[in-house]
Amino acid sequence: MNKHSTYSITAESLTKRFGDFTAVDNISFTVGKGEIFGFLGANGAGKTTAMRMLCGLSSPSSGKATVGGFDVYTQTEKIKQHIGYMSQKFSLYEDLTIKENMRFYGGIYGMSIPAIRSKTEEILKTLELVKEQDRLVRTLPLGWKQKLSFSVAMFHSPQIVFLDEPTGGVDPLTRREFWEMIYQAAYEGTTVFVTTHYMDEAEYCNRVSIMVDGRIAAMDTPASLKRSLHADNMEGVFLQLARDAKRAAD
Amino acid sequence: MGRNSNLIKPFIAFIRKEFYHIWRDKQTLLILFGLPIVQIIIFGFALTNEVKNSRIAILDPSKDMSTQRIIARLEASQYFDIQKDLVQPSDIEKAFRQGKIRMNISFPAGLHDQLLKTGHAEIQLITDASDPNIATTIANYASSIIMDYQKEQWALQKPPFRISTNMRMLYNPQLKGAYNFVPGVMAMILLLVCTMMTSIAIVREKERGTMEILLASPLRPFLVIIAKAVPYLVLSFINIISILLLSVYVLDLPIAGSLPLLLAESVLFTITALSLGLLISSVTSSQQVAMLISLMGMFLPTLMFSGFMFPVENMPIPLQIISNFVPAKWYFNIVKAVMIKGLGVTSVWKETLILACMTLFLLALSIRKFKIRLE
Repeated sequence: MNKHSTYSITAESLTKRFGDFTAVDNISFTVGKGEIFGFLGANGAGKTTAMRMLCGLSSPSSGKATVGGFDVYTQTEKIKQHIGYMSQKFSLYEDLTIKENMRFYGGIYGMSIPAIRSKTEEILKTLELVKEQDRLVRTLPLGWKQKLSFSVAMFHSPQIVFLDEPTGGVDPLTRREFWEMIYQAAYEGTTVFVTTHYMDEAEYCNRVSIMVDGRIAAMDTPASLKRSLHADNMEGVFLQLARDAKRAAD
Repeated sequence: MGRNSNLIKPFIAFIRKEFYHIWRDKQTLLILFGLPIVQIIIFGFALTNEVKNSRIAILDPSKDMSTQRIIARLEASQYFDIQKDLVQPSDIEKAFRQGKIRMNISFPAGLHDQLLKTGHAEIQLITDASDPNIATTIANYASSIIMDYQKEQWALQKPPFRISTNMRMLYNPQLKGAYNFVPGVMAMILLLVCTMMTSIAIVREKERGTMEILLASPLRPFLVIIAKAVPYLVLSFINIISILLLSVYVLDLPIAGSLPLLLAESVLFTITALSLGLLISSVTSSQQVAMLISLMGMFLPTLMFSGFMFPVENMPIPLQIISNFVPAKWYFNIVKAVMIKGLGVTSVWKETLILACMTLFLLALSIRKFKIRLE
């Protein structure tokens, strides 16, 4: 990767059109290394489309973007090698054991067997799941699955991890623990790009961007956003910005 | 160099995962391996059950040493129950008409003398071929018993003599419909395992959201597809082998043609079925829909148009034209030709070519669809 760049992600006038519909309209932003970047917006605002372009799952209509120093048009293979991805839907295989899931994800990222083994041990210890390693994922409580999903997304030590609404449907305590894991990852140098619609979680981010109708309506630290919009919390910030949205939420 | 090893490791990890899925799903596993066995046994049991103790009539004008020995052997076997000793050839027709016998064995007059003088004699087997399966089976039993006798005599007689059997199938001389079910079961099982299971396996990843993760990984999409297909290819091959073993050893249906050719054609059809499954998976997003399309869109046409259940020749012209688009029809014809008629590549190259073209078309179409869907 490009060692001289101080940014993990750059986007310049990034646009995605589906026919007449402009899902992502000319967005520009940068995300620094080790930053926790919150990507907020109502349903249908274009968050997922933007994220898919950055992950190399979808090709932009126009504009420029790099992820980990690699171009989203020409170097998607390289991008995929260096990112982790955790989707909205719970992303482990329910009919595989914890250990088998880890071995599979390590395997598809081309990790060696010893590397997979030591990483598996490390994660099992951190999550205190050593005794449960041969349990089918199906039988685990939701909170554990969620934390496990994140660990699996981080399994191959990616430079950047994309989290698409990772805490949906999880109780507050588990969300709290989940965010501690995110902080730990960022502390170790991983860039975290996270979408969420829990506004209290937005407060945990270093910086947030708020998308409305395919555009970025505001982007700053949570503190300055609250100050400039005279809001008490992120909920207030979000409501003020999203009030004028023309697109209906789906 | 690095590129290859980068591809193989993820590929193996993926295939291992697929086998876990299959192995953990005991119900499906049972269906996968149980179904072909059950089908063959059900179809075959009716056949073998009936064949024991078939009532036969004997026309033996000579009553000499050879005929008596052959009759004794027939009687000793569990397959025949000698009902009538006929006096003259005209009785044969009457006995069949009365429905009392399934087969008549006619010895020539003075069989033993003829063998000693000329070294050759012919015995006629006349069967009621309105049920072709039974007709061929019992005629084969009778001729093998006669051949046994001949072999035994070879050791004793110098010069050796030769007894040939002349089979006549009454009422259905071409034996249409005979053994049709084995090729039919093969086509159905391959479609079931490959088309349905592959489409369900891929759609399941979409439904559960794991497909996104796979696509965001460095694993190439075509590798995902191939890794999904390989386990089912292996399972299908095991199924083909078990069907063939059952039909040879349980149903006494020999493979008349070349086994490698039969297996190669089966692999070709497996790939056809896999690409159909892939195509289905790219146009659906729920497991139920995938299953429904596989059953309605693949299974029914296969049953109706492959010639397995209903002869295509008797259908109205428009339906005959439609039947040409059903891949199973070609596979069915190939298996019948190779396995039952014992024909070689020269006789089935046209069907093979058609099947291969269909496969290429389906494969190209489904990979294209799969790519489009990624966008």
